[in-house]
Order: sequence, then structure tokens, then C-alpha cells
Amino acid sequence: MNYNWNWHIFFEPNPMGTGTYLDMLLSGLWLTIKTALLAWIIALVAGSFIGVLRTLPSNTAQWIGFLYVEFFRNMPLLVQLFLWFFVLPELLPRAAGLWLKQLPNAPFWTAAIGVGLFMSARVAVQLGAGIASLPRGQKQAATALGLTTAQTYRYVLLPLAFRIVLPPLTSEFLNTIKNTAVAITIGLIELTGQARSMQEFSFQVFEAFTAATVIYLLINFIVVTGMRFLERRVAIPGYISGK
Amino acid sequence: MFSTLDFDVIRRSIGYLFYEGMTFTLTLTALSALGGLIFGTLIALMRLSGYKLLGRIAGLYVDFMRSLPLVLVIFWFYFLVPYIGQWLTGASRPIKVGAFSSSLITFIMFEAAYFSEIMRAGIQSISKGQPAAANALGMTYSQTMRYVVLPQAFRNMLPVLLTQTIVLFQDTSLVYVLSITDFLGAASKVAQRDGRLVEMYLFAAAVYFTISCFASWGVRRLQARISIVR
Repeated sequence: MNYNWNWHIFFEPNPMGTGTYLDMLLSGLWLTIKTALLAWIIALVAGSFIGVLRTLPSNTAQWIGFLYVEFFRNMPLLVQLFLWFFVLPELLPRAAGLWLKQLPNAPFWTAAIGVGLFMSARVAVQLGAGIASLPRGQKQAATALGLTTAQTYRYVLLPLAFRIVLPPLTSEFLNTIKNTAVAITIGLIELTGQARSMQEFSFQVFEAFTAATVIYLLINFIVVTGMRFLERRVAIPGYISGK
Repeated sequence: MFSTLDFDVIRRSIGYLFYEGMTFTLTLTALSALGGLIFGTLIALMRLSGYKLLGRIAGLYVDFMRSLPLVLVIFWFYFLVPYIGQWLTGASRPIKVGAFSSSLITFIMFEAAYFSEIMRAGIQSISKGQPAAANALGMTYSQTMRYVVLPQAFRNMLPVLLTQTIVLFQDTSLVYVLSITDFLGAASKVAQRDGRLVEMYLFAAAVYFTISCFASWGVRRLQARISIVR
């Protein structure tokens, strides 16, 4: 391969005047983490709500849950981001649209909310399946004790279901982190975006992408290790993963 | 608010959108699914082969691919494939690779990791008696896989494989980052040329939504029809 390797490139100053190329990548990493965390909070809150709706006895609730999930699952994430970023401000009343367009950090908020809603549909499916997998006796016992539906979910079903779906939720969290890279298309310069601009400025393609790859692998490793620890901490005694 | 919109732009560009864009998207989806399935099955067989080294290599490949964002993988292959081509053909300079081949290679390599996990689950779901019976009949390893295990694994996993293909269909829109004219790329080009972002992106969203909805409805029906009653 006649390619001019230069691993010292990371310590050379970048043309933006913000320090070295390594600083560029690290600022991208920071943005990836910020976006992913905010998106994950949105995904968890909205996903839990919809997931519960999907298991309620009411037909309307199930129907709303079904429509929500189908809406967010059947469009590519990229298209959804375009809808939030380019289309929504135009369809709103003029003043609101203008306000949205002039928002500082618009790509960041759009990416966090867009990825968050996209992932919330997946969280909802996982959590719904988790609740459905609980033995019927749990709900019946709660009813027999005189708990209302809200109390049944709050004190009996959700604490169990969340622990059961913790492993799939881990992979959904990892997907959230990876999906923030799609926001490069609406101008969010996160880790992949910084690697791409480093490649454009320095022509050191493979060093830039190798660094981004290594950072993504590290993030993955840290999240997986952390979640294993959490899984052990909250394991339910008597279940396969329990003590 | 809809008064300033001009949905006629869709009618005017529909030929371009579907003949150029959608053809690219669908061809890329079909070929990537086929290639990903073939490579994925090979990777799954490697992981389950009992040879420690082969299994480790396959496992590392799958974990590696699944830790990276698809956008980054698309960039990787876009820049790497010319060099690999040069190395394979012994040319003196990095060879030119077209947009289609480059994205096809990317998606095959990327999807192989995901398809391999599905095929692995499928192979593991076959009861031990099946390969044991094949062995007793004097079949070799490749005959056992070819005639007994893989057909059943494939049939059991068909709905999951097709669902993954729908995900793949949506993911192909990410070739947008290489300015390739897939369906979304075509829509975006028209949108920017005519200044009709709202109309074109709404239309693109509706098309993706309709196709994915119909496809997943089809998968659900298929699942109900082919599931083996045990």
C-alpha cells in the first residue's frame, strides 16, 4: 500500500486554531456523548410511556402505542432527522418556525430529539415485551391486594420488567450512541464528523478513521462493562440471571 | 401554511426519483441482503465450527462491526476499497471504484455481522438429534449442513432475516453521506435544485414509510403461514 502514514498527525495543530487534531477528535467525542445521553433520556422516558400503553387493557391505549411505534420504526433515521430539521420549521406558524431556525445549536437539539424519538419506539417494544413476559400472577396478585393500575405498574410490573429487559436495553443504548453519527448529515460535527473533517484538512484518512474507530470501541467496552455491573447489582433472585 | 407549497414538483421529478433513485436503493438492498446472508452464514458456521481460532476470528469480526456506526463504516470502505483493490490486483495506483460497488461492498461486510448473529441463533435452535441423525446416516459435515441443518435454520429464521432486510432497506439511505443518488439522494438533489425541501422530504418519508409498512405486514403474514406447529 503506497500510503503516507503519519501517526504524529494527532499532535500537530489543526487549521481551526483549536489546538491539535487530537483535541478536535476529543471535542467530537464530547459532543457524541452529550447528544447520546440526552437522546437516551428522551428514548427511555417516551419509550417507557409508550411501552406501558402497549400493555394496558384499553384498546385505545394499545392502538396509540401501535401507531407510535409503527410511525417511528418505518422511516429511516436519516429521513426523520430531515423532517425535524428541514420540514418542521416550515410547517409551523411563521414566528415559531423562525424561532426554531434561529435556535443556537439547532443540529444538537434536533439530533438529540430525533435520535431520542427514533430509539423510543425500540425501547417501547422491548419494555412492552418485558412486561408481557411477566407471569400473569404478578398482576393478579397486585389487583387482589387492592392496588390501582398505576400502582400495579409502579410497584410491581415495571421494577421487574426493567430488570428483565436490561440486556436488550444495553444494546439499544449502544445503538443510540452509534446513531448519533447519522446527525453528521444535519451538520452535527460529532466524533465521526470530526474524523471526517480531520481527513479533509490533513489528508490522513486512515489515521483519522482509526482513531475514531478505537474511540468507538472503547465507548462500547465501557458501556458493556458498566451495564454488566448494573445487571449483577439489580438481578432478581430466582431468575436465571439472579443470585 | 400549505398555500406556498408546490406538490407538483413531485410529479415533475417522479421518473428521476424512481428510475434512478429507487432502482439504486432496491438493487443495493437486494444484493446486500443476499451477500450479507451468504457471508453471514459462513461467519456463523465459523463461530460454531469447534475450531477455537476460527471461532475467535469470526467473533471478533462480528463484535467489531457491531460496535461501529454505519456512517463511519461507509466512510472507511469508501476510502479503503481502492487500496484493497490495488493490493488484490497488484496495480501501481489505488484503483477507481464506482459509487455502487463501494456501497455494495460496505453493506455486505456490515450486514454480514448482523445476519451471522441471526443464522447462529437459527442453527443453535435446531435440536441436536438432527445433526446426530445425519451423522448416523453417514453424511459428511458439509452434507449435514447443506441438506439438514441450514435449510431448517433458514426457514426458522426467515421472518427475522426479512425484518433485518427491511432495516437494511432503511439504512441504505445513509449512502447520502457519499452524495450518491439513491432514492433519498435523488429526492434531496431535486429538493435543493428547486428549493422544495419540504415537499420532497415529506414525499420521501411517505414512500419509505409505505414500503416499510407493507413489507413488515408481509413478514407478519409470512410468519403466521410458515411457522412450524410443534
